[in-house]
Amino acid sequence: MPIMSIEDFSFTYASAPARSLNNINLPIMKNSITALIGPSGCGKSTLLRSLNRIHDLYPGNDYEGRLMLLNAQTQEMENILDIKRENEFIALRQRVGMIFQKPTPFPMSIFDNVAYGLRIAGIKNKTELADRVEAALKGSALFGEVSDRMNKSAMGLSGGQQQRLCIARAVALKPELLLFDEPTSALDPISTAAIEELIVELKKDVSIAIVTHNMQQASRISDYTAFMYLGDLIEYDETEKIFLNPKEKKTEDYITGRFG
Amino acid sequence: MEKIFKNLSLISASLVLVLLVSIFISLFNSAKPAIDEFGLGFITESAWEKDVPIENSVSHLADDAKKIKQEPATFEDDILAAYNDEDDTLTKTIYGGLIPIVGTLLSTLIAMVFALPIAMGIAVFLAEIAPKQISNVVGIAIELLAAIPSIIFGMWGLFYFAPIIQSVVGGYQVSLLTAGLVLGVMILPFMAAITRDSMRTTPDVLKESAYALGATKFEVIKDVIFPYSKKGIIGSVILALGRALGETMAVAFLIGSVFLMPHKLSDPTVSIPVAMANNFGEATGLTLSSLFYLAFLLFIISFLVISIAKFYFLRKAD
Repeated sequence: MPIMSIEDFSFTYASAPARSLNNINLPIMKNSITALIGPSGCGKSTLLRSLNRIHDLYPGNDYEGRLMLLNAQTQEMENILDIKRENEFIALRQRVGMIFQKPTPFPMSIFDNVAYGLRIAGIKNKTELADRVEAALKGSALFGEVSDRMNKSAMGLSGGQQQRLCIARAVALKPELLLFDEPTSALDPISTAAIEELIVELKKDVSIAIVTHNMQQASRISDYTAFMYLGDLIEYDETEKIFLNPKEKKTEDYITGRFG
Repeated sequence: MEKIFKNLSLISASLVLVLLVSIFISLFNSAKPAIDEFGLGFITESAWEKDVPIENSVSHLADDAKKIKQEPATFEDDILAAYNDEDDTLTKTIYGGLIPIVGTLLSTLIAMVFALPIAMGIAVFLAEIAPKQISNVVGIAIELLAAIPSIIFGMWGLFYFAPIIQSVVGGYQVSLLTAGLVLGVMILPFMAAITRDSMRTTPDVLKESAYALGATKFEVIKDVIFPYSKKGIIGSVILALGRALGETMAVAFLIGSVFLMPHKLSDPTVSIPVAMANNFGEATGLTLSSLFYLAFLLFIISFLVISIAKFYFLRKAD
């Protein structure tokens, strides 16, 4: 069952003369990992950043089509492109979390980092905050490493720890969908393995879309893979089929390393 | 080559330290007579250039003087005695720095209280809220405002701003309040421009990660941008403090330049730089030395205020 359904979706940047995404149709399946792969400039990050409408921080971008998100209560699909008011944006971003290319800890303590989203969501009760922070850190396989220095600055953590902290910060809000934008591109192989393991672990509770330029990563962790090229979706299928038996010539060329 | 370059930069760097120390020493030396005469009491003494009777502790001097007087007087001595004093008590002139010290600190405080929130508002508007075109135009205006010489601020303040202050607050046109507010206007562009620049160094991805957690623009500014650019903001405050404490020309126009202790904001008074600028011309002896004592104190006050701002807030920021 899809948690999100991308339908006839096109996107144009304010400063660009032409569309960066062209008529994309793609489901994001529930409690699965969907990988978006493709060479630089193919639009995979642009697509991912549309799904929580983070593009809207910058004026003048243009969306077309529909981005249907499953409403967990009513079990109906709602178009997030209809959102206009600030409180609707806030609600959307609480449901659809995002992890970025570089770790982005805020200049505050480890505890405050993880509690940040909860606090601005209006949770003030200290025990509830502490419980949810602990649960999020445990869920992100970081609790054991930081439990004795929760009040120390998050800037003192290693890059891999910082990225897991960012995941914990997003997980603390109990999102329905988590968007990962090349989350391991700034990390060493050991930290990368830890993050990959964590992402696989997370899909029990949350649906995941991940942009990666690393095809091995996509084949290791994802259930579904979408291959994009120059703003078009070339092929989407189960990961195994994409990597072992692609239907399109372009997909085959890309995953066999002939271009990209 | 490497070595020459290294040594050249070392020399340039140590020059700063040498300058600082030599200014300190020369100020101290010139102030030495006044420091010996008045000691630390100079700081708490509110009289400037006041004649006081010589007290008992030094009465032997007075006695000596009287003995001399009792000796057969010449015609010249009589005239001199009549010219010097109607009564016979001997006097000395004392100098105290309290009023200019208070004037300096209060005018700076008024300037900071007035300018800091406005500067932060301008910086937030320019860095985060305004569309690019507006931000650029206002940004250029701010930088031009920072380039206006202080005498122009002084004249503008005296002829246009002071009457407005008087009609609103009452009291005198030239006063602590007028001087403080115009000082505030002068330091405002510095603080706004530097704060804006340091806010702009916040990486987009850091702001985006706060928005991605459901933060509002206000929350992003308060929780991410301000903490991230704290060092730059404190730097701007330090620069502004330095400028406000030492500003002479504009304040000389506006503060009233009278050695009177202000009881309310609309009272005229004097600041340390203004006291020095107004009195250096004809000062000699102990007067000159007392002015140097004031300069020495200003040096120390600036140093203390800026050190406190730097170390206290920067330590907190880490």
